Parts: sequence; C-alpha cells; structure tokens
Amino acid sequence: MSLLLPGMHVAGGTPLHRLDPRVKMGASLLLMVLPFVAPSLPSNLLLAGFVVALAILSAVPLMALVRTLRVVVWTGIFMFVFRLFTTPGTPLLTVGGISVTLQGLGAGAVQIYRLCLLVVVSSLLTYTTSPAQLAHGVEAVLEPLARLGLPVREFAMVLTIALRFVPTLFEEIEKIVKAQEARGALIRTGPLWKRVPGWVPVFVPLFVSAFRRAEDLATAMEARGFRSAHQRTHLYRLHLTRHDLAASLLILALGAVILFVEWRMG
Amino acid sequence: MSKKQALGNQALESQGARPFIELRALTHAYALEGGGEVRALQGIDLTIERGEFVALVGPNGSGKSTLVRHLNGLLLPTSGQVWVDGLLTAHPSSLWKIRERVGMVFQNPENQFVASTVEEDVAFGPENLGLPPDELRRRVDDALKLVGLTEYATHPPHMLSGGQKQRTAIAGALATRPACIILDEPTSMLDPLGRRRTLETLRSLNQDQGITILLVTQSMDEATAAERMLVMVRGRVVSDGTPAEVFGQGQRLREWGLGLPSALEIADRLRERGLNLPAGLLTVEQLASALC
Repeated sequence: MSLLLPGMHVAGGTPLHRLDPRVKMGASLLLMVLPFVAPSLPSNLLLAGFVVALAILSAVPLMALVRTLRVVVWTGIFMFVFRLFTTPGTPLLTVGGISVTLQGLGAGAVQIYRLCLLVVVSSLLTYTTSPAQLAHGVEAVLEPLARLGLPVREFAMVLTIALRFVPTLFEEIEKIVKAQEARGALIRTGPLWKRVPGWVPVFVPLFVSAFRRAEDLATAMEARGFRSAHQRTHLYRLHLTRHDLAASLLILALGAVILFVEWRMG
Repeated sequence: MSKKQALGNQALESQGARPFIELRALTHAYALEGGGEVRALQGIDLTIERGEFVALVGPNGSGKSTLVRHLNGLLLPTSGQVWVDGLLTAHPSSLWKIRERVGMVFQNPENQFVASTVEEDVAFGPENLGLPPDELRRRVDDALKLVGLTEYATHPPHMLSGGQKQRTAIAGALATRPACIILDEPTSMLDPLGRRRTLETLRSLNQDQGITILLVTQSMDEATAAERMLVMVRGRVVSDGTPAEVFGQGQRLREWGLGLPSALEIADRLRERGLNLPAGLLTVEQLASALC
C-alpha cells in the first residue's frame, strides 16, 4: 500500500506550508462556504482560479490531488444523478414518469463543482499542514471554549494521537491482509460477494491489536509523566507573522470582491 | 528560569548517602479473575546506586517487568516499600517527581510513540512538566544529539527503523533529564544492527552522562555489557553480582533456564576440544584477544 494516502501531509517549504494553521483553517472554511453564498458565474470563476493558484503554489503533485478526488467519485455521481432527476424545469428526457431536465443538468454540474472545490480545498489544507500543526490550530481556535469548561485540550491530544496512528493502522491492515491471504482468504481478488466477507477476519485482529496498542501507549504516556492535558506546554508556539497577516487580508479581500460582485449582479 | 526547571536539574544532583533506588521486602500480587492471586514478586530487597549499569535477566514470567514497573510507580507494592531518590512511590504526591527522575523505555518501539514527528515525541515528557517552549527546544535538541538522531528530528515514526524508533524513545526519556533510565526488553523486537546501536547508546549514556541504566533483557550477550547483573526466577532475585560471577555458576544457570553468552559457550566448547583458554571470557572481544 502506498504510504501517501489521500489527504496525508506532505512536508515542504512552500509559502502555504509556512502559514499559521489557524489562518489556513479560516481560509479553507471561507473558500468552502463562498460557492454556496455566491452562485454567480463570475464569482465562481474567480474563486476556482484562486483555488487553482493555491494548488500550484502548494507544490502538491497533481496526481495526489486526482487520487484524492477519486475518493469522492461515487458520492459525486450520486449527487449528480439525484439533481438530474429531482430538479423541476424543461424536460429533456422522460423515463417512466421521471424527467431529466435542462435545469437538472446545470444543478448537477454545480454540485460536482462544489464537491470538487470542497475536496481540493480541504486536501490542500491537510497536505500543507502537519497533523500536529492541525491539532494545535484546532486547540487554539477552540481555546475560548476551554474557558467554559469544555475539554478542548484533551480533544486536541486525542486528535494528535489518532492522526499519528493512521499510518500505523494502515500498515497493520496490510500485514493482516497478507497473513489471511497466505491462508487462502479472498480479500483483494475474486468476486465481490466473496471479497466482502473476507474483510471480517481482517478487522477482528485489527481491533484486537488496536486495543493492545492503546493499552501500551497509555502506559508509556503515564511513564512519561502525562497527567492531564491541562498543565502541558507545547514545543511549537503559534504566532502570526507578517505573511499570515498578508494572507488573511488577501483571502478577506477575495471574499469581499466576490460578495460585491454578487450584490451588483443582484 | 522556572521553578520546574530547577526541579529538573535537581534530579541530576545526588541527595546524600541513600542509594538511588531501594526496595524493601517488596511483594506484588496480581488478583486473578474469579478469586485467587498470583504472587509475582515475593519479598525483594535490592538497592541500586547512582551511575550503575545493571542488567536484569530471568525466564519469561519471572517478574522482571513487574519489578521494573514498581520503580516509577506504574505499579504499587502489595506490601513492602519502593524508595526512589529518597521518595516513596506509594506517596501520590511523589509520583510525578519520581517519573521525572526515572525514565522508562518499553519493548515495542511502535506503541510508545505519542506524536507524529520525532522531535514532538521527544518533547512529550518535558511538555508534561509544563516547561516553556525555549527550554523544550533546548532539551529536545540535547536529547536527540545524545542518541545521534539530530537529522531525523522532523521525520514521522513510520519512516524510522526499529532501532531508530527505540533510540527516539530513549531520547524521549532523556528529555526530562532523568537520573536513571529503565529499559524493559528494548532490543527484543530489533534487528542486530538496531540492537548494537541501542546498546552503544546506553553504554555512552552511562559512561559519559553518568545516567543509571537498568536493562531488562533476554539476551545473555547484552547482559555482559553491564557491570552488575541480577537474575530473577519465580518472583525472587536469585543471583546478584558481576556478569563474570553470575555466569561462573554454570549448573545453576541451567536450573534457572538461562543460557550462556555466546563467547562463554564457544570458549567452553574449545576447551572441550583441548584448547587452553583462561576462564571468564564473557564478550566476543575478550574471546578474540585470548585466541589471537
């Protein structure tokens, strides 16, 4: 199994990599929400152009983005077909009382576009931000909630550990699959109806070993003086630089321009 | 700097005449499901001084892991006492000071990795002490230098070899500036090169930094690296001496289910074939210089 999983962090030194995770998270949120509040074509051309520019700037290999998009192919097809048949308007083709409409075709295309934008923006975020930076960003953003007594720091700790074990568990799956295939299990070959039950003897040992790992990790954490997430400090300190400020202003300006275009177009 | 840092430095200073680790009549019993108990430790008296390099050997289930887990309060005595640097492990307020002074490294290098990069993982211990970021950075850099992993600082764990992971775990223990590091079979899942590097690291930490090392191991060859050797059988320490003294007991070793270091075994066989070799050849190096 390739170690570059969809959405996995790729270390690098591009301007996007160096941005503060809070700025990147805020910007991603804005870029994902904008297409929903700004439906007009000019705004979306601007938006799509901006995201393409970001993708080029991030130096993420094109193939990696394509592979990430492949993950949502079925969701995309489903959404497209759903829109195609449920949007009222000029019928193009009627099959058994249900019509495909011209408007449906357009609405379906818009759905696909929004989905692609969502996936590309979120994977740009995870490609250019290490799991630890992401977790620190989440912790910093949610910090006000900690004052209300919510376990924000514990949540960030859990998030860090979960992200750290993703590659480990994938390696484990690979190992178990090979072990079961060596005993004749049909997991990656054979007809689908035989392959699906083949995954059961993969997931049972996976869960058993995950619990054993969790137990070991808890002991190791305790031995290293972990009490609660509260009195901990962090190796990395988040601080906003001039670049972060510039990036924030740029993204806010983009948002303002798009909203202005929408307002002018009524 | 901070009060906590001052505490950390204090761990390196000696605190008078008491031994660093002192066990008094330590017993530990695990309760069994459905009643009954297993007595894993049966009255152990033991002292370990600052700066010692001690190997702890014994067959599976002899209580080695149970014993070492008492030394940083992961387990508490059923009866008896454990003193570490003048602090009692059973005292809840001492526990965190003890864990700062006694680092621990476990068998499976994969399962003790907390963070997504080497340097963040090494920082975990001192982060728990609440040290400021500058001090964390200094400690992480120092610890990585001591184990020779400076250039791997930003690597994720799954890009490291087993030996490198285990040395990261040692760096993680070092980062709280402990006086003692306990390793519970750290090399059993490593390849020969990883074993050798890990052992070299331990030896230099002991000799150059004066850190007390307690190494639990199944390998008699590794045990010869220590200056003192403890043998545990069925919850008791049955032998305590230099590796030469312990391995000099021939027949008893076999009763305990332990082997011999490979150099000693080879020397024995050569003697059977009529070669005249001195006694007490424990390491391959000693054997080689006796032969050539």
